[in-house]
Amino acid sequence: MKRRALLLATLPLSVLAATAPAPRLKAGVFEPAQPAPEFALKGSDGAELKLARFKGKLVLLVFGFTNCPEVCPTTLATLAQARKDLGADAADVQVVYVTVDPERDDVTRIRKYLGAFDATFIGGTDTPDTLAAMRKRYGVVAEKIAPKQGNAYGMNHSTSVFLIDRTGKLQAMMPYGHQAKDFVHDLKILLASK
Amino acid sequence: MKRWLWLLPVVMVLAPLAWAAFAPIALPTRDELFEIPPGTYARRMAGDKIEILPDRIDLTLGLNDVLLLRNRDEVPQQFGPVLIMPGQSFRLPFEVASSYSFACSAHASGQMAVVVAPTPERGWQALKWRWQHFKKNRNKQEEGR
Repeated sequence: MKRRALLLATLPLSVLAATAPAPRLKAGVFEPAQPAPEFALKGSDGAELKLARFKGKLVLLVFGFTNCPEVCPTTLATLAQARKDLGADAADVQVVYVTVDPERDDVTRIRKYLGAFDATFIGGTDTPDTLAAMRKRYGVVAEKIAPKQGNAYGMNHSTSVFLIDRTGKLQAMMPYGHQAKDFVHDLKILLASK
Repeated sequence: MKRWLWLLPVVMVLAPLAWAAFAPIALPTRDELFEIPPGTYARRMAGDKIEILPDRIDLTLGLNDVLLLRNRDEVPQQFGPVLIMPGQSFRLPFEVASSYSFACSAHASGQMAVVVAPTPERGWQALKWRWQHFKKNRNKQEEGR
């Protein structure tokens, strides 16, 4: 009898929990989420860089180039800060940085560059065709900007960060300019969801 | 009594203006929806020029500050800065009034701008916002005809 009374008393709470709207992310959200396109690149850690390697972790996927003057350093510093702020949960978050400039970015250069932000970040490169095919599957734009003088060209590229959940689904995309606290906010929600 | 009658038209003009300037603005949704209708890919392949997303999108914080892109076509579509699968939506909220620029292959300029204005204050700003919103809706209706 007591058990039934307790059940009845907690019923409204459980109904409320079941119908409560999912917490909103700061990032743009894909509805419904679908599997993130798989890729296979040369990893800066010496191993093949594939999404499947990180199943069970959240992946933050970034496209950029190591000669990037502003956007890439800002984004990578923000992600490094977000990982620090996450504390122990950061172990479940993997940052993957894919170059849009394979001409200059080899694995050694990428490893050295990423190491300056966070030693756990892993980068990837490959042939221009392989990278272009990957960008197409993610809807990412990248094009060379002709140098005004000399041969130090720049790259115009998509600046958002893709958020891929533990099951490999592309859940969200955070536009450039968000602070570390916004990433922490979203990563906590995604880490908590099954 | 008759000598006050001249005030009636003045009140009839001023009262709605005062309401528009000082009544709280409420929209049915904060989503600013852009949709790719079914058959868009086929129509493009047939040579139709179809522009769905403008080069610049204007939003207002607290009123319509969520960009909602929906692909109802049968094939994946590059929609502004994102690739959206058939039947999928992309919902992007904005929390800071600013100008945002996205690299976008769907536009000739290679860029798409989203300008998020601050929430209009009561008075002149609210009046201006309502007028612009009215004009925008009227243009949308005319384009839809």
